[in-house]
Amino acid sequence: MSRKSYVFNLSFKIESIRFGKGKYMSISVSLYVENQVLFVNLTGELDHHTSEQLRSRLNAVMSESKVKHIIFNLKHLDFMDSSGIGIILGRYNQIKAGNGSVMVIGMKPLVKKVFELSGLSQIISVIEDESQINEVMRGSA
Amino acid sequence: MMNNEIELQFPAKSVNESFARLVIMGFVAPVDPSAQEVTEIKTVVSEAVTNAIIHGYENNEEGIIDLKASLEDFKLSVTIKDYGMGIENVELAKQPLYTTKEAEERSGLGFMIMESFTDKFEVISVPGVGTTVTFEKQLLINPSAQEAFNSNED
Repeated sequence: MSRKSYVFNLSFKIESIRFGKGKYMSISVSLYVENQVLFVNLTGELDHHTSEQLRSRLNAVMSESKVKHIIFNLKHLDFMDSSGIGIILGRYNQIKAGNGSVMVIGMKPLVKKVFELSGLSQIISVIEDESQINEVMRGSA
Repeated sequence: MMNNEIELQFPAKSVNESFARLVIMGFVAPVDPSAQEVTEIKTVVSEAVTNAIIHGYENNEEGIIDLKASLEDFKLSVTIKDYGMGIENVELAKQPLYTTKEAEERSGLGFMIMESFTDKFEVISVPGVGTTVTFEKQLLINPSAQEAFNSNED
C-alpha cells in the first residue's frame, strides 16, 4: 500500500504511525497540525479495532496542540463502518465547542455510502479535493 | 447450483473484526460479486462482530463468536452468534442513534447499516444467554462465475 504525501506546505509533522501488521488488517495514519488545522490522513480500514487506537492518538494531539478545525482525508480509506462514524462524530462534538469545523475529503463510493446513511453529511462538509479547503473555511469563519 | 457453507469459531478480540471480513470476502469470491456487494457484506459482518465484542462480551476477549455462512444459488446467508449478555430490548437497540455506549463514541448506527445492506435481517437475543444476528443477501447472478463453478464440480 503506497501512501501519497500531502500537497500542502506543512509547518511541521507530528507523526506518521501504522497500526497493526500486514496489509489487510491495518490502518496508516498521518497527522499534521498547521495553522490550528489538524489534518488526518487515513489509509486502509477503519473499524472498531483501528478506531480505538486512532481516537487516543487524535486526543493526544488535540491536547498538545491548539486545534480549531479538523480535516479527514479519506481518499485512501478502503473501508469504514459505524465505528468510523463514531470517530468523526466524536471529533465534531469536540470541535464545534470552539466554533471550528470538521471536513472530509474525497471518500470512495462505498465509504461515502456509510457516511451518508449515518446522516453525517448534514453536519460535516464533504469536499472533493484540497483546493476547496480554504473556500469552506472562509465560509465558516 | 452453487452451494457451499462454512462454520468458524473465534475469540472476541477486536483484531478478529478484520479477520471476519476477510473470511466472508473469501467465501463469496467464487461467485464473483460486485465491489459494492462485497463491501456491503463486509460492513454487515464487521458491525455484527463488533457488536458481539463490545456489547455481547463487553470487551472480554475470552468470549466466543460463531460465524456461519452459506451460499445457495447466489443467495448468501450468514449467522453471527455470541454467548454474551444479550439485549434486553431488541427493538429499542435497533433504533438509529440509540446506544448504550455513548462514552465510547458508539454511533448507534450499527443495526441501521446492517438492515440497509441486507435483504433480510434478524436479531434474536436472550438476556444472559446471547445474541444471534442472521442476514440474507441475494447476490447478482453472474453467469460466468456459475459456469466456472459448475465445471469445477465435474
